[in-house]
Amino acid sequence: MDRRSFFKASLGGAAAAVASTAVQARPNREPAPEAVGMLFDSTLCVGCKACVSKCKEVNAMPPVPMGQDTHADFALDLSAQTLNVIKIYTEGKVAVKDALADGFAFEKRSCMHCVDPGCVSVCPVTALTRHPLTGIVNYNKDVCIGCRTCMTGCPYNVPQYEYNSAFGQIRKCEMCNQKGVERIDKGLMTGCAEACPTGATLFGSRTALLEEAKRRMALKPGEIYNYPRGDVRKPGSYHEKEVPAYQPKVWGEKEAGGTNVLHLSAVPYDKLGMPPLGERSFASISEGVQSTLYSYLALPAIALGGLTWVVKRNTENAESGQEGGKE
Amino acid sequence: MSHHYEALEDRKILTPFFLLMVAIAAFGTIFLIIRFVAGMGSVANLSGGYPWGIWVIYDIVVGTAFACGGYALAITVYLFNKGKYHPLIRPALLTSLLGYGFAAFGAFVDMGRYWNAYNMFLPWQMNTHAVMLEVGLCVAAYVMVLAIEFSPAVLEWLRKQTGWQVRADAWRAKLDKLLFFFIALGILLPTMHQSSLGSFMIAMGYKIHPLWQTLHFQPVLAVLSAFTMGFAIVIFEGSMVTNGFNRHPETHLFSGLGKIIRGLIAAFLVIRFGYLIVAGKVGAMFAFDLGCLMFWIETALFVYPLVVLSSEEKRGNGKHLLYAAVSLLLAGALYRFDAYLITYNPGPGYSYFPAFPELIMTVATVATEIAVFLFIIKKFPVLPRDTHAAA
Repeated sequence: MDRRSFFKASLGGAAAAVASTAVQARPNREPAPEAVGMLFDSTLCVGCKACVSKCKEVNAMPPVPMGQDTHADFALDLSAQTLNVIKIYTEGKVAVKDALADGFAFEKRSCMHCVDPGCVSVCPVTALTRHPLTGIVNYNKDVCIGCRTCMTGCPYNVPQYEYNSAFGQIRKCEMCNQKGVERIDKGLMTGCAEACPTGATLFGSRTALLEEAKRRMALKPGEIYNYPRGDVRKPGSYHEKEVPAYQPKVWGEKEAGGTNVLHLSAVPYDKLGMPPLGERSFASISEGVQSTLYSYLALPAIALGGLTWVVKRNTENAESGQEGGKE
Repeated sequence: MSHHYEALEDRKILTPFFLLMVAIAAFGTIFLIIRFVAGMGSVANLSGGYPWGIWVIYDIVVGTAFACGGYALAITVYLFNKGKYHPLIRPALLTSLLGYGFAAFGAFVDMGRYWNAYNMFLPWQMNTHAVMLEVGLCVAAYVMVLAIEFSPAVLEWLRKQTGWQVRADAWRAKLDKLLFFFIALGILLPTMHQSSLGSFMIAMGYKIHPLWQTLHFQPVLAVLSAFTMGFAIVIFEGSMVTNGFNRHPETHLFSGLGKIIRGLIAAFLVIRFGYLIVAGKVGAMFAFDLGCLMFWIETALFVYPLVVLSSEEKRGNGKHLLYAAVSLLLAGALYRFDAYLITYNPGPGYSYFPAFPELIMTVATVATEIAVFLFIIKKFPVLPRDTHAAA
């Protein structure tokens, strides 16, 4: 074949390959205008698991037993029947709360309700959505195909599939606002925040919670602070406590584009099992590549045009006996 | 053009090997039924951290790359106009059709809510940013394109059946007029979804080991390696058929393919190493951990065929060509296994090793493919006519 026609044909393909590497990815998404969230302050958590119990009640899920012992919920991690769990960091003698050495610290894990959610970005059928106002990440089992890409795309391993059912679905925290529950729409707070006796889990708008977190971080360790319980905008009650030495960042302000559920801690976040994330969301990079390659199917259409032209020419030549294969 | 291809009609279908493949397939079917009755957890070791096991990574991610023979040859024959490779194309198309067909079947088995699968085809449900949507639609379309590309073999068979000749010839004439478009689609579609099988890893972020997380370069590396695997599988299968059926070798054709493969491997290695160096990941290459070990095994498997195929003498030797092809298939398969499973790390508390039934179901899928392949080449004109034997 002559060089010119080859270049014409491969133009589309080459452009696609180059574009995917030189792509201008979209920036991270911005928080929803009326984003609601929670602030979990690990230093306030006493590990009572009232939140775990309340979550099971709201979602009608059974406790996880440990052997014969079923007097309490022994869930060790998130699962299709545990959408909220309290985990523990321990080191050495496990003697001092919120200390790195010989210490322990509690960590609450549930959906972080990402500002730029990976699960929403990778779901092929829009079964996962970010609510346009509240930013809550919802799930629709009626369209979900069960491909479980959301589980691979979640930096926190939150979505859980019901492997032990023939007709399983994905389960995840929907901030108590799923169909049939709708606590947020009714003006209530999330179950876990309502149940928390120490205010370790605080409910509210993302903006107010971020302000509260920064207020706490600005305090000097050892000072007394009046910690609110319940909803940060209209706390049910307060309690006084010494301020710990907080880590210098609010987890979720910026991590992978930020989350609506924020965390504060006195021990480094990676000790609490938080993943290694930069500020850029992987969803934004992935979508940048996909939209460069497939926007309006323009590149594939150009490539198909070129390919069709060359293939047609080459097959016609072959029929009329001018097969280039002879070289 | 039936004189180019022949069915191995004089060969027995029910050989001991064929029956073994059928037995394995039947064994796997037992677990398949259990999966649909009792749920995936009853046969597979999948978890919250490892939602994708060997069903997705072998049956789909590796399996479709093995099935790229039809793709690689279509580019060579129809785009680069190297007609001399034409005799290889039908067996390659058949293995592609089977590989992709069973990948689609595997995807369905792995799909947790398969009864909702139609939502992928509803425009108002589609999430066009999602790599999975591209893969799902593109693979579905490509299976149909492969069936059309392979249909001349079926029509040639059909025209020999009593009473069908006229109709079969009429259909063939119509098909021949349109075939060029499907050939073009058959080049475009694999380029799209094979690159997407790399793009999946972008959104997985830190779960992908730094030596495999190349972000924007994922699609290019994935499609290049799929390419090399496509050519390698053509050489591998050609050698198997030549030896298994005592036919004459096609070394003169494979040797030319070897030259193309050499360039593709070089491009793959340059892009991969280039990215890792520029991204400051040289440290990870020498970290003396599992990732580092797998990375160098993989690299060795890529470099070996590069060396063999660079030697004029070895390129013309059937045995060396076969070794190079096998090395390359292992390299490409390992590249995918390493990234998606072996070094995949969703964080503390999660581990994965396939359960016995899970493994058997994948083995059974391969056995079924082999059995169907053997059946078809004995019934339909797929293999190039063994001209030396006929003489």
